[in-house]
Order: sequence, then C-alpha cells, then structure tokens
Amino acid sequence: MLNDYEVVIGLEVHAELSTKTKIFCSCPTTFGAEPNTQTCPVCMAMPGALPVLNEKVVEYAVKAGLATNCSISRNCKNDRKNYFYPDLPKAYQISQFDKPLCENGEIEIELENGEKKKIGITRIHIEEDAGKLNHDEFDGNCLVDLNRAGVPLIEIVSEPDLRSAKEAESYLRKIKSILEYIEVSDCKMQEGSLRADVNVSVRKKGAKEFGTRTEMKNMNSFRSIVRAIEYEAERQVQEIEKGNKISQETLRWDDVSGRTFSMRDKEDAQDYRYFPEPDLVAIRLSEEYIQNIKDNLPELPESRKERYLNEYKLSEKDARLLTASKYLSDLFEGALAICGNAKLVANWLLSDISRILNEKELEPDQIPFGEKELAKLIILIDNGTISSAIAKKVVEELFENPKDPEEIIKEKGWIQISDESAIKEVVLKVLANNEQSIIDYKAGKDRALGFLVGQAMKETKGKANPQMLNKMFLEELNK
Amino acid sequence: MDLTELTVHELQEKLKNKEINVSDITKAYISRIDEKEKDVQAFVTVLKEEALKKSEEVQAQFDNRENNALAGIPIGIKDNINTKGIRTTCSSKMLENFISPYNATVIEKINEENMITLGKLNMDEFAMGASTEYSYFKKTKNPWNLSRVPGGSSGGSAAAVAANMVPFALGSDTGGSIRQPAAFCGVVGLKPTYGLVSRYGLVAFASSLDQIGPITKDVKDCAILLNVIAGHDEKDTTSANIEKKDYTKALKNDVKGLKIGVPKEFLGEGINEEVKSRILEAIEEYKKLGAIVEECSLDIAKYALASYYIIACAEASSNLGRFDGIRYGYRSKNFNNIKELYKNSRSEGFGEEVKRRIILGTYVLSSGYYDAYYKKAQQVRTLVKQEFEKCFNKYDVILTPTSPTVAFEFGSKSNNPLEMYMADICTVSVNIAGVPAISIPCGVDSNGMPVGLQLIGNNFAEETILNAAYTFEQQFKFREKYKPEFKI
Repeated sequence: MLNDYEVVIGLEVHAELSTKTKIFCSCPTTFGAEPNTQTCPVCMAMPGALPVLNEKVVEYAVKAGLATNCSISRNCKNDRKNYFYPDLPKAYQISQFDKPLCENGEIEIELENGEKKKIGITRIHIEEDAGKLNHDEFDGNCLVDLNRAGVPLIEIVSEPDLRSAKEAESYLRKIKSILEYIEVSDCKMQEGSLRADVNVSVRKKGAKEFGTRTEMKNMNSFRSIVRAIEYEAERQVQEIEKGNKISQETLRWDDVSGRTFSMRDKEDAQDYRYFPEPDLVAIRLSEEYIQNIKDNLPELPESRKERYLNEYKLSEKDARLLTASKYLSDLFEGALAICGNAKLVANWLLSDISRILNEKELEPDQIPFGEKELAKLIILIDNGTISSAIAKKVVEELFENPKDPEEIIKEKGWIQISDESAIKEVVLKVLANNEQSIIDYKAGKDRALGFLVGQAMKETKGKANPQMLNKMFLEELNK
Repeated sequence: MDLTELTVHELQEKLKNKEINVSDITKAYISRIDEKEKDVQAFVTVLKEEALKKSEEVQAQFDNRENNALAGIPIGIKDNINTKGIRTTCSSKMLENFISPYNATVIEKINEENMITLGKLNMDEFAMGASTEYSYFKKTKNPWNLSRVPGGSSGGSAAAVAANMVPFALGSDTGGSIRQPAAFCGVVGLKPTYGLVSRYGLVAFASSLDQIGPITKDVKDCAILLNVIAGHDEKDTTSANIEKKDYTKALKNDVKGLKIGVPKEFLGEGINEEVKSRILEAIEEYKKLGAIVEECSLDIAKYALASYYIIACAEASSNLGRFDGIRYGYRSKNFNNIKELYKNSRSEGFGEEVKRRIILGTYVLSSGYYDAYYKKAQQVRTLVKQEFEKCFNKYDVILTPTSPTVAFEFGSKSNNPLEMYMADICTVSVNIAGVPAISIPCGVDSNGMPVGLQLIGNNFAEETILNAAYTFEQQFKFREKYKPEFKI
C-alpha cells in the first residue's frame, strides 16, 4: 500500500549564525550564559529602543546564499512578523517577508544508489531568534531567558523536492556541511543552533498535484527527523486509504512514543500581519560587495573532495565521507599535517572512529579528542609500537578518557612485543599446544597459520608484533 | 525681574554678564512651578530636589567650563522620552511605574550640555491625541484659558513653556503633536525633518513618522535647542548622516525674495474664519517684508489624513505589542493563563484611544485588508512626497495655518474621535512627507486665543523655515503684544 504512494518533503532549516554579537544590538551570542545576562534595552525590547542591523549577519547570509547557488538580492528589506509569545519581547520578530536576501538556489545531494540529485533552495532570509522559556517544575511558573533573543538566524527554505526520509537526511547533512565549511554557523544540533521545520505530504505515485501537507516544527536531530518523516508519511497514507482527509496543521513529534500529535494552536490560523520594518533602512548591496564575498568564499566540500582524490589518492568513497563533515575533514588534515600518513588517518577516521560515533549516536564535532591525539595514534601504529588490535583498544579508550595515546598504552601496558626472544617463546608454546595445526599446515592447509597467529595474539593479549609472529611461525613450521 | 519671563538666549546673556547665577534660574523656575502647576497641570513628574542639586553642581563648575553655553539651563521633557532612573510613563497606566534603565540619545545630549531636567511633561497617552485629554493622569490646561485644552499630544510641553514653568521643552511630533499644541499655547514648535534627530529612546508611536523637536518661547531658542539635539546617531539607522549645522546662524531677519507658496486647500472649507484672517494678515506681513507669496495647490493633502491614520495606527499596533505585562509595565492580577494575562493586562493598562488605534492598526494589517488599506496608504504617501517635491521646486517655504481652529473647550471633541482626528488636518501631510515644519504664533482670535502659523520647508531646510519664522517674529513681536492670562 505504501508503495503506491510517494512522499513529498520540504525543509525549512534554521541555522544560528556564529557572529560575535546579536543581529540588532551588540550583546554577545555565547551559548549557555546565566539567564538574562546577555541582554540590553534593545533585545529586552525596552520602550524606545531601536534595532541596528549587524552587517556581519548580512555578510554571513550572503555567503550561505552564494554557497547554495542562490541569486543575491541587491535591494531587500526587513519585515515585522507580529505575534504574542513570552519569549518574543517585542511581540514581533524582525524577519524578511516578500524580499529575502537570497533566492532560487540549489544544492546537490547523493542518493543511496550513488546517483546525484539537485534540490532547489527557494530562499534564504535573515531573522532574529526568540528567547527561551524555562518551565519551573516546582511551582508551575515559567521563567523567560532572553539571552537567545536577537541571536541571528538564517532560514533556508527548500523546494518540495525531497522524496524520502533518507533524502531529507542527506539534504540536511549537506546543508550542515556547507554552513560549517563557509564558517557561518557552528551547526550544533544538540544546542539548537541548527534545527528544521519539516513539511510532509503524500500523493499517489504519478499524481501531478501535491497532497495536503503537515508541518513538524523545531526538529533538532537527524534521527528524529528520519523517524518523524517515516511515521508521518505512513500515517497520512493510512488516513487517505481510510478515506479521511489530511488537514493542514502543525504537528508535534514526540521522540519517546514515536508519534506525531496535533498541536492545539493551529499556526496556520495565525495572521502575522507582516509589514515592512520602519525602524530599519533598506538593505542595498553593491556588485563589488557581493563579488568580494564570492572571491573570498572558503573551500566547499566538493572542491575539498577533489583535492583529496588528487593529492592524497584517497578513494572516491573515502574522500566523500571525510569531506561530508567539515569537522571530520579538518581533523583529518590536522592529524595528517603532524603524522604525514593520509591513508592511515583516513582509514582510522572512517572505520573505528566512525563506527564508535554511530554506536554512540554522536556527530563528528563531538569527538572528544583532537588532531594531536589522532596523529600520535597513527605514528604509534606506523612505527610498530602498537598493533592494530591494540590501536582499536586505544581508540575506544580515547573516547572514554581522551589523552595522549602514548600515556594510555604505557598505563595499560599495551606496548607491542617486538622482542625476538619473547616472541619466540610464545611461538614455541603455541606450537606445543596445537599439534593438530602443525599437521594441518604440513598437509597444505594454509589457514592453520592464521589460527596459530591468532592463538599467539590471544596469548599476548594482542601485544605481539603480528609481522614478527608470522615470520617466526613460518620459520618454525618449515624447519 | 522674573527670570522665568526670559527666553533662553536672554538667560545666556545674563549668565555671560554675570548678572545671575546658574542656580538662580532653577530656583526661579521651581517657585514658578509651585505657583502655576496647580492650575496648569503640565507635569507628570517634577524633579525639584534633583534639579536644585544639579544646578548647584553646575554652578560650582560653571566658570571652569569651556563649553558652558547651555550649562545650568533648565528644560522640560515630554514623558515619552526615556530618562534613566526617572519614571517614563507616556501618560499611561501601562507605564505608571516604569523607571527607564537607559537614556534616550537626546537626553544624553542634554546631559552633555549640563542642562537641568525640571521634570517630565504630560501628554496624550502614548502620544495619541490632539488635546492631552487622553492622559491617564491629568488634564493639562491651556495657560491662555484654563477651560481650554493645550492641544496635543505634547500639551504638557507647550503649556509648561507658555506658563513659564520651563524655559523650553522637548516634544515629539507624529502628526502634529509639537506644532498644534505650540499653536494652541502661543509658543514656537518645530518638527524637524524625519531623520534629523535621533529617535533612540523615544517610545515609538509610529516609527516612520515620529520626530523629537523643540517647543520654545521664540525662534532663536528653537534654533539653540535644535543645535543640541540634531545629529546622526548610530543607534538609530533612520537618522541621517549629514553635516552638523549652527541653526542660530540662519536667523538673518531677512526674507527678501523668499518664495512662499500658500496651498489653497489649507485656507478653504473647515478652516475657522478668524484663523484664516490671522493667516491672511501674516501673508500681507511677509509681502511687506519682501517675500514673494503665491497661491499654490497641494491637492493630494485631502488624502493625507486618511493615509496618516492608517500608517500611524498600523505601526502603533505593532510598536505597542511589547506592552504585554511580561517584563515591565502594568500586569493584571486577574489571569489564569498566558492569553488572559495578555488580554487583561492590555485591556486594563491601555486607555480607550490607544486601544481604538491598536484595533484600527491591527485591522488594516490583517491578511485580506493589507492591500486595500496599508498598501494603498503607502502609495498615497509616495504621492504626497512627490507633490511636496513639486511645490519645493517652485517655492522655498509653504505657508498654512497650523490648526484649523484655536484651542477648543475640554470635552468638546474627546467623545468624537473623528472630529479630534480632523484637528490634525493641517499638520499630518508634513509627517507623511517627512519634511520639516515650524509653528509660530501670528496673533489671537476675538477670545484672546493664539493662532498658529505653519511654515513648511524642504527636506533638511530647517534653516530656511527658521529664518522665515524669525523674520516674521521680529516684525510681529507676538510676545510683547500678548501674554497668557490663566483665565478661568
């Protein structure tokens, strides 16, 4: 039944810009300060206070527009979006309505089958974030923290071009990656600096018209976005199959129950009474200004990938995976600059380190150790101090207790045994205990050698130098 | 000699000649306030002790100060201009106990000059009104006749200047709120070009129309105060970045060859006959002084009032959203949820006229009505600007009455909002166009009530209208002929 339908998804991504100060005043934007310490008459909406547009915000948004192939408006303006809510001190949000800063862009995502697909960007506009409400669980009161009020945001609106939860995920990953590369947002989803409103509708395959969409607001993890889209698409199909109509409404995704719930206040019923912000002058950008930003745009994931293919001879897949996250890619380059072994750094980042990230459901920027530790690990592997078996254990340890890998192996006594007499002792012991394997080997079963090496590793808790083991077993067996 | 009779430039002269002390001035004004405030009711807050203390401090430093031109000169401030540590109420129950945590830019400038704030002056609530009857606190009386209104919304400022309770004052003008009360009270009031004076710290009524300006005893004082408050402010991006001027230098007492246009639409129907007569006499005076006066047309002006009320109310409905009872200001005690907190705080905290305008403004911005009202009004605004531009291609100054009538009796219009709105008919197009205009007294009617003459200039041509006003004033000598009598 689901197969008869196609899901149509559009994303509105909100990214907090990493400017030092807020969009309309000079308060700092630092995350996690004591409530209401990063405020002033402007962002507290004291009577008579006026906004002044932070030029960096325009610059960052233009960067984002150029990096997503948008056309940049030479002449745009701010508008007021009016609604009452305690986290919105002016009772209006300064945003952009009919003349956004950037329009008509597109980015390319890679599908699971390796094909590429272009996703349209309708618009990117600048606006201010709201404050935060902290519900006091003891007395039922609600406290307002305005530190976040006035933190600059860009809203990136996609065309309804996405056709599966996976596509939505790779689109969002791509957006995140681009914003990280051009250094306009730190995109920390766990801190809410990157979040998305997800619009979902379904229609019969081949249908021309879109179905009625529902919207899920403020989603801030890839996992819940994927789950929510899958759930919501299926729910809509079932409703339609039952002969019910989908109503256009705002839903709340509940991660615990894995369901969407209708929100009481239907946002669509609200009239925001947009009108041009009279406290701010129009934003006019010159050709030189835009050209200058274009010329100084940092390297984007695509060109970095090309560089990895050519300079470090990495495989297409490895280069793509590494460059997908600026953080991972920077870590790669940082470690590489110290240790000089591109292949090995790439292998370790993409195998064990990525596996642990997946298991722990962490993003690359949450890797607890840095380029120095990673480089040291590679050097220790490279010069034979530790075996890869030990290295795996070191990586696990680095996630738990990030410090110099050399210290870790010393503390744990994990230094590789490369002493010839010690190795010989182990080899002889293993041979004595495994006569059948010797017979097998002599009968031409090469597998027996692998088994013996494995036994020796077990005996030494993985510390024996595997090359030396191999060599010595061969010597003994061929005597 | 009563120091409160003097203009600021006369006080400056006496200070310079060491005939008087800085603290003498403040003392004189405080005793004048003690004497007259009970009749006039111009103040929301009087700062007696603070003013005396400050004047003694300034006196102590006075002789050592290089820039002491205005040091120790008292001033009154309309109560919608933020003053740090001092109540800024907008004459509203909503802000009855609001003590501002910061100074408006104009207050910073006044403090830099070491001027002395005597108090905060009454107004129509949130500057919405033309009679100051819509103040939550009190009704300010017109010093010329205590049974009449002082005009509005800067009624407290104009009445305080007319009653010699302050030597000059700051008002704000969104649709005539400086000029009309100045006309009703027989004093001088200037609405500067939009952007000449920073709006930072002026509690916003209609952001695209609001300007702070001087209300003074004569034109020279007006130029002196404009010198202090004009200038670019990086806290207000709508403030113009233009060269600083000394406006007193523009006062040449000469209008020979000055081209004055008199739009016929402003002397026709709806203008009181006696007002019209005084204006026509003023025109004759200008001709005698060598100005070239011609009839012209500002046909679009008839749409300006409607367009004004749409734009001003639309902006106000949004600007006043912040008064929600959450962070400061009045909060109703009666609520069970957030919606009720908003509804009851705003219903109880705002007065009728403010609520009327919020409702009007909300309506014209609503989806489905935006194009018919707000957008149309903005189109009219463009046309008004264009028509003014055309006029200023031909004329240096446009001359009209400031108000269609003299000051009216209390209660005569406050129950008829539309009639009250008509009081703004001569002044609103100036705000819509953004150009500067000054009101000066040009005589009195048969009841002895002052009549105001409005001189409108091109953008940033304050010097032209100040000189035109000064030249008339020097010839006509209104202050020598007429004085407010506090008639009951």
